[in-house]
Amino acid sequence: MNEAQLYGVCGAGLVGIGLYGAILGRSTLRRLLAFNLVGSGVFLIFGAIARRGGLAGGAQSDPVPQALVITGLVVAFAATALAVALLIRLATVAHEAASAAATPGSTDDPSTPATASQGRGERGPGHVGAGHS
Amino acid sequence: MPDVSLPDPHWADLPLGFALLVLALWLTWTQRDRAAVIGFTGYGLLVAIAWVRLGSMDVALTEAALGGGLMGLLLLTAAARLGEETDQPAPGLPARLSIALLCLGVTLVLAAVVLGLPSPAPNLVAPVASHQAVTELGNPVAAVLIAFRAVDTMLESVVLALAVIVLWSFGADRAWGARPRALHLGPPSPALVFLGRLLPPAGLIVGVHLFWTGADHPGGPFQGGAVLAAMAALLWLARLGEPPRVSDGLTRLGIVVGPLLFLLIGLAGAVIADAFLDYPEALTKPLILLIEAAKTLSVAVALALLVAGPPELPGPMPPRQSGRAAKGVTP
Amino acid sequence: MSLADAFTAVFVSLGAFFFFAGWVGLVRFPDALSRLHALSKADNLGLGLVVIGLLPQASWPFGTLKLIALWLVAVLVGGASAQLLAGAIHAQAAETSTGGEPGRGTEAAPGANGNDKATS
Repeated sequence: MNEAQLYGVCGAGLVGIGLYGAILGRSTLRRLLAFNLVGSGVFLIFGAIARRGGLAGGAQSDPVPQALVITGLVVAFAATALAVALLIRLATVAHEAASAAATPGSTDDPSTPATASQGRGERGPGHVGAGHS
Repeated sequence: MPDVSLPDPHWADLPLGFALLVLALWLTWTQRDRAAVIGFTGYGLLVAIAWVRLGSMDVALTEAALGGGLMGLLLLTAAARLGEETDQPAPGLPARLSIALLCLGVTLVLAAVVLGLPSPAPNLVAPVASHQAVTELGNPVAAVLIAFRAVDTMLESVVLALAVIVLWSFGADRAWGARPRALHLGPPSPALVFLGRLLPPAGLIVGVHLFWTGADHPGGPFQGGAVLAAMAALLWLARLGEPPRVSDGLTRLGIVVGPLLFLLIGLAGAVIADAFLDYPEALTKPLILLIEAAKTLSVAVALALLVAGPPELPGPMPPRQSGRAAKGVTP
Repeated sequence: MSLADAFTAVFVSLGAFFFFAGWVGLVRFPDALSRLHALSKADNLGLGLVVIGLLPQASWPFGTLKLIALWLVAVLVGGASAQLLAGAIHAQAAETSTGGEPGRGTEAAPGANGNDKATS
């Protein structure tokens, strides 16, 4: 088994592990991690293909897949940053809704529109804490 | 870098591949979120070594800077702010078992595909090498990125700008115009401030060097930009500077100058050269250099702002979801 | 085998020995702080020896200077991040001594080095 096959099989394993984690992860952040594992596995498989092509063509690695993986890595990072921001925002909104519901009468406060809309959707602090993720 | 030949200890690949898989399993099953995030940073660095073993230095540099460095910072700050989330109730054993079987099936099919790839392997090494002289670039990956598949690269830099816009729109309505505050994690420790004072000058040189050397050697706008972004994020984390307000005009210009210049030169190519994104022959190298310089700047600004998060009003720390310890970078 | 190659082999092997010693410390030491201590010592020394060993192989002057700069940056960042980790471990220890759950603070250290074996 050469190194292209080895890392290709390794990438296939990473896709499987990541897929399991993305479906059954302990928390939302862990699912995001697992999703990145899937991405890294796919990139590794692509890298293995680039290595095979490169060796067949007389280079270390095929430059075209390399370039595509580089753009892919940057886009994956951007997507992860967006997902992280969404998670934090979700936690903030849920927290605000929970504290607003804990102090009666403040849910109608017009100065916090996000809190108010969230307060309509969820009932009670306990439900908000468990149901957001 | 066609003359670079890698050492050939194939037995070194087996432990590395094994370590990647074991680390991935540990990341998925370990108990604490923060430990998993730190492990993921180490995983990114190991993957970078795997890319070196696959002969892709450019990808290895990108993976180390983005997947190991910036991604680690992003996820660590997220773990610190989210706290340890309470475990979600796991579904029953039959459901978990069937999901595990499904994932195993995906892995087996992929592995079978990888092992059954056609031989000799189809590749584009020769076409790239034969046209590379036109671009006057010594690095074939840079030639592909900036010339042969320029439309991908341009769209990708547009995606980065769009990502920043979307990220900013995640902020609360009343916080619009404020500064991003995702990196504000309490008072920084003296060690962090020390690092924040000493490292950025060196990092600035490394980032610019990576961009400049990318024409002929591994490196380029993405790798250089990622290093520069990490330095900016380090300054913000150590509280030696503040991320710019989202309403700041200069920042916005910095985000779009790369894709805008790329697009304008590409459109001009339709008139003065033969096609969209075609460069006139005499000006190829200077134009490529100009685009890459602007792209490095835009990538650096966009990546740093992506780590810094959406605009937030100054105020108390956001919620932690449980009583368990959730410390980020605190003394 | 030329003199330069012999020099490289000796120093890189010495460096590898220190890395190995650091790894043993990581696996064998009981708590996070002493693991951290073993690792940062062994890393700085081991990397320094590897860099010295590689100097004759690098191109003069820029390859050599880059290698030395690499070691300096690694020492700086390694030292600072060890400080940060130790601070976080202390803060966590203070928190857990009041709030229960002893021993949890030791979990962060193995992951920090991407070394999964220490958790087994």
